[in-house]
Amino acid sequence: MTTKEALYKYVLRLGDDSLILGQRLSELCGHGPILEEDIATTNISLDLIGQATLFLEYAGSLSNEFKTNDELAFLRLEKDYLNVLLVEQPNGHFGDTIMRQFLFDAFRLPLLTKLQDSKDNTLSSIAEKALKETKYHLRHSSEWVVRLGDGTEESHHKIQESLNTLYRYSHELFFVDEADVLLQQEAIIPELDDIKSQWSQTIKDVLEMATLSLPTNNWKFEGGRMGRHSEHMGYLLAEMQYMQRTYPNMEW
Amino acid sequence: MVISEGEIWELLEGVFDPEVPVLSVVDLGIIRSVSIEKQSVYITITPTYIGCPAMQTIEKDIESRFADSKINNYKITTSISPAWTTDWMSKKGREKLKAYGIAPPQNEPDKSSLFAHPVIVPCPLCDSDDTKMISQFGSTACKGHYQCNKCKEPFDYFKCFR
Ligand SMILES: [Zn+2]
Repeated sequence: MTTKEALYKYVLRLGDDSLILGQRLSELCGHGPILEEDIATTNISLDLIGQATLFLEYAGSLSNEFKTNDELAFLRLEKDYLNVLLVEQPNGHFGDTIMRQFLFDAFRLPLLTKLQDSKDNTLSSIAEKALKETKYHLRHSSEWVVRLGDGTEESHHKIQESLNTLYRYSHELFFVDEADVLLQQEAIIPELDDIKSQWSQTIKDVLEMATLSLPTNNWKFEGGRMGRHSEHMGYLLAEMQYMQRTYPNMEW
Repeated sequence: MVISEGEIWELLEGVFDPEVPVLSVVDLGIIRSVSIEKQSVYITITPTYIGCPAMQTIEKDIESRFADSKINNYKITTSISPAWTTDWMSKKGREKLKAYGIAPPQNEPDKSSLFAHPVIVPCPLCDSDDTKMISQFGSTACKGHYQCNKCKEPFDYFKCFR
């Protein structure tokens, strides 16, 4: 595997995480539980799709097969998407949406912070740009985890269930394969040890304030990083790709 | 035709943010450089928020502004690094925002801390410091939603972004 091939894979993985979570959140446009949260989730969706645009544009420049970010976003097959399973999980109730976001944001913040030091200039620029928005996202999701966890008996119970369900998907955020190892050796991407300990600390601090506890079982679900997705992915892609496949080459 | 960099800047003062139409692209701080080489104009712009849909409109508006002024040789480049920050917004821009009813960005501490430090955002309508945040996310990516406890009016806050 060459550095370029590894980089393509890595950039695609980050881009797909942003894209698929952005798509999921966009489903809430007009359906948020309250007006303010409808607006907030839609804004976060827009930020994530913006990040996906930059990542996939860069991936396109590294690929021989797909050229543009639109081709990458809309014309790949399910097995070619490399996002973690966490981000494709359905919105569920608001507690599910918030918990999914929190587990993701808590990872993205330290990751993007470290990626700013990448030897790859494009990657470091994207990280620098995306980091500013991510700070707002993490703050938003953390505040809601506390508000729901330390809220009423019902909201506490519901978001604890969300945590129990979604936590097992969070381990995949720290997935490493030969592409990652190669890029780490060349100082293009950071090692994950520090990022993982920061992530764990954030989770611990916020859950403590939210009076929530980590599930005691040790289940770990993964597959997305290798293109093996959950049953939810096909439906998501069908909706997301519909326009581009029905009207090839359409642009906004 | 000979045109100076100063004249280009002046021209750009007439291109406005479609979502906050009192702010010119210069006030907003998204024009990073203007230069003229061999009668060609080179402009570098930087996006505010990456996914902000206004960016495409802004680029088209700059193009049509140039066409009106018979400037045909130009190149607009987008650069994302260094990343845009509200610190680049002009003083004039901040005043125009307030006059328009949007509270300008305050000098907020870094956002890395998990929970919001209370930041005082004075009401753009009655100047009271007694206001509260309704939501960090408002009508556009760059704004949050606030309410004044004194005059009771809701208002937008152009978020500090750095
Ligand atoms: Zn007031």
